[in-house]
Amino acid sequence: MNHIESILKIKKGELSSLEYLEKFIDQINKKEDEINAFITLNEEKAREKAKEIDKKINNGKEVGKLAGTPIAIKDSIITKNLRTTCGSQMLKDFSPQYDADVIKKIKKEDGIIIGKTNCDEFCMGTSTETSYFGPTHNPIDHEKVPGGSSGGSAAAIKYGASPFSLGSDTGGSVRCPASFCGTVGLKPTYGSISRYGLIAYASSLDQIGTITNTIEESAYLFDVIKGKTKNDSTSLKYPDRDVYEELDTDISQKTIGVPQEFFGEGVDQEVNEEVKKSIKDLEDQGAKIKSVNIPSMEYALAAYYLVAIGEASSNLARFDGVRYGHYSNKNKDWEDYFSEVRREGFGKEVKRRIMLGTYALSAGYYEKYYQKALKIRTLLKNDFERALNESDLLVAPTMPFKPFELGEKIEDPLSLYFADILTVPINMVGLPALSVPSKEEDIGIQIIGEPFSEGEILSTGKIIEEENQ
Amino acid sequence: MNVTIGLEVHVQLLTKSKLFCNCGTNYRDSEPNTHTCPVCLGLPGSLPVLNKKAIEYGTMAGLALNCDIANEMQFHRKNYFYPDLPKGFQITQYDRPLGQNGEIRLDQDKKIRIKRIHLEEDPGRLVHPPSARYSLIDYNRSGVPLLEIVTKPDMDSPQEARSFLKKIRETLEFLDIFDGSLDGAMRCDANISLEGGGRAEVKNISSYKGAEKALSYEITRQKNLLRRGKEVKRETRHFDESQEITRSMREKEQEHDYRYFPEPDLPLIQLTEEKINSIKEKLPELPEEKRKRFLDQYEITKDQAKSLTTSKTLANFFEEISQQVNPKKTATWVTDSLMGELNYRDQSLSESNMNKQKFIYILEKLRDGDITEKGATKIIRHILDEGGHPKEIIKQKDFKAIKSQNLDQIIHKILEKNSEAVEDYIKGKEEAINYLVGQVMSETKGKAKPADTRKKLQKILEGYDG
Ligand SMILES: [Zn+2]
Repeated sequence: MNHIESILKIKKGELSSLEYLEKFIDQINKKEDEINAFITLNEEKAREKAKEIDKKINNGKEVGKLAGTPIAIKDSIITKNLRTTCGSQMLKDFSPQYDADVIKKIKKEDGIIIGKTNCDEFCMGTSTETSYFGPTHNPIDHEKVPGGSSGGSAAAIKYGASPFSLGSDTGGSVRCPASFCGTVGLKPTYGSISRYGLIAYASSLDQIGTITNTIEESAYLFDVIKGKTKNDSTSLKYPDRDVYEELDTDISQKTIGVPQEFFGEGVDQEVNEEVKKSIKDLEDQGAKIKSVNIPSMEYALAAYYLVAIGEASSNLARFDGVRYGHYSNKNKDWEDYFSEVRREGFGKEVKRRIMLGTYALSAGYYEKYYQKALKIRTLLKNDFERALNESDLLVAPTMPFKPFELGEKIEDPLSLYFADILTVPINMVGLPALSVPSKEEDIGIQIIGEPFSEGEILSTGKIIEEENQ
Repeated sequence: MNVTIGLEVHVQLLTKSKLFCNCGTNYRDSEPNTHTCPVCLGLPGSLPVLNKKAIEYGTMAGLALNCDIANEMQFHRKNYFYPDLPKGFQITQYDRPLGQNGEIRLDQDKKIRIKRIHLEEDPGRLVHPPSARYSLIDYNRSGVPLLEIVTKPDMDSPQEARSFLKKIRETLEFLDIFDGSLDGAMRCDANISLEGGGRAEVKNISSYKGAEKALSYEITRQKNLLRRGKEVKRETRHFDESQEITRSMREKEQEHDYRYFPEPDLPLIQLTEEKINSIKEKLPELPEEKRKRFLDQYEITKDQAKSLTTSKTLANFFEEISQQVNPKKTATWVTDSLMGELNYRDQSLSESNMNKQKFIYILEKLRDGDITEKGATKIIRHILDEGGHPKEIIKQKDFKAIKSQNLDQIIHKILEKNSEAVEDYIKGKEEAINYLVGQVMSETKGKAKPADTRKKLQKILEGYDG
């Protein structure tokens, strides 16, 4: 089932938006209790909106590109008058007064927000287990984690709660759950989608992305939300083209780079083999395969965490219980008040990262940690640039292993951090990357391209998708 | 004992909108928290967008203060917690500021070097209701652009610090990028040390007078410590404006590690030489240049030129009137009379009842002999105190000068009444004429011109002699 066809049917009046929506709500009613993909559901408002769109269509009025289709939004993205928690107790009753830029675009194109999906607290996690609202279960195997931090979005897509979803990716938070849940996750080029209204974890790494069942749906949704806005100074003008229209499954002229470091120590044999099978498929389709290297890869994870937590320690300073969010009624002077609110409102992992990040930016340590991490970032940029000069695209695993058991790693932060090893380098260099399922449903293949090459990596993903059907 | 003073001055720039959002900066007469948006409230997900006008204004200031302007600048985050700081950090400039290595002259032989100038955002404002056990926060000020001007330790007295602040105000007002009359538009911190002692940083100074008071207090305090052989600690002190003293801040408040790092939400800002040059070309005439031109162009004294260029309003006032009335006369009347009367009333020209038309009218009446100098002064006072147009005032208050014929009659009357003085004069006691002039002036309530009266008296008395 391709949901773009459904949109076209709605537009033509062959399918009512409300009827379409009810199918997903039915599915939610059946399975949400087991999966816990949503923090907040928006059924009533969604129904009103669907009726509105049906009315528009019946009256012969023009409707937008997302005409009456539901979309699940990760709870790290600000939605006006719809509770936005970012998976934290700190924001458990926070009802924003504005819409994120991406939400404005979705609303403008008549998309319907069906709910806000579960995520690791402030997107800090790889399993959606750090959420204040409890973990999300992987729809493929309920005992397993769905990946994170956008675990709710991937799970919602997988169990049929929504046809489209948005996530956000700081170090793999879109690609990891896409990989674990057998869905398609696109982390676009840094700057290609406005971050205005995305609750910041690490500003220089954060990027909103899409999670869908198919490549075409990802391309379609990406086209709606991409492009520079005046609210985000780091957003970039996207080349004037439609990625969806650009999808092309002729790969005979392409050279696929295989970065050796992505198949090294710590990557499960099973994963390696699955990815190599797909690379072989691409070769059979006429692509040239070339081995390439990312020598600075061994420092990438450490450098990533220093940059991420350094920025996070500053980005999360605004949660002080003065203007919004968790607060305390105790009568204290402001310093003790701030400490109390933050001690109560933040979970363990968030506090760990804030403290480590504060340390990394401190006088005397800045040069040793943060600045050094920035140097490695430059090395990584050079390495990827070289690798992408030698080839058109890079193909590698998304995650070093398959989904693990709920509770298996949550008490061992270092092994959880290690799970990000193959995704974080891409955020450090700002390139676009895609995770598409291999023949094995819960093993994702990562496809990495040059800036603004979303069309190319999605096209390649489509070949893999078709091979595996 | 040698005194060394350096200043960090914060001035609000007069951009229409805030530094990183579209909220207006004219918050002073508004209800609290009405000039706010997700950005200046630090709501989750909001991002700063740089106001380019602030870069332009900062560059103008930098050029006027003879700074090297950076071709590429960057914003940093200064991280600290405070209730008036909505994001938990202030966006400011750190190692790549807007301008460096400037200087400004206080007079012929004193110049103050400017270490750097940079842009940053103003925090919100804490309001402490009297006798309340809580404070209120108004974020209307949050995000207003501030220009920070950091000097080298080049001042050696509180008076000099005060003249420096005045000079800064004067210069920035000439550029139309600052209005020093707005409450809290200029604030400063001062570093002060005496020979042989540690340096104290005094925070929370919000006026020129405050700067002078705070620094004088510090000199006395530090001198006393040194005299008694005690150590002057290197510390941060808080100026209490109402009591005019400084207090040591709690140790906790002094230990700050701001964890500066580059603001990832704002790209580097490029400022090309062409852009800098185009700003330079548009730069209006600065006080120093205007002073020189006034001296060349009008026959006025150095002191007058200096006074007339202390504010742009005053300089324009003088120059426009000079197109119609003799510049020399205008300069005298503006600097001696008008400015004196304004100072006495603690008014500025722009907020007073005086305007160009009124002043021109007074000077023209004076020139034509219709009013006396004394009358003119009275009219100026009347306008400043109660308003009104000089034409009406002259009519109502009978400030019209006594015309020649009438004066003759009055003189004859006085001579008849004071025969003794007349005789004294005839006998050769020349001072006696002063007494007679005085009598005429008192009879006319000052409406006779003293010089005319004297001449007439002399002429008539010469006739007596014969
Ligand atoms: Zn604002």
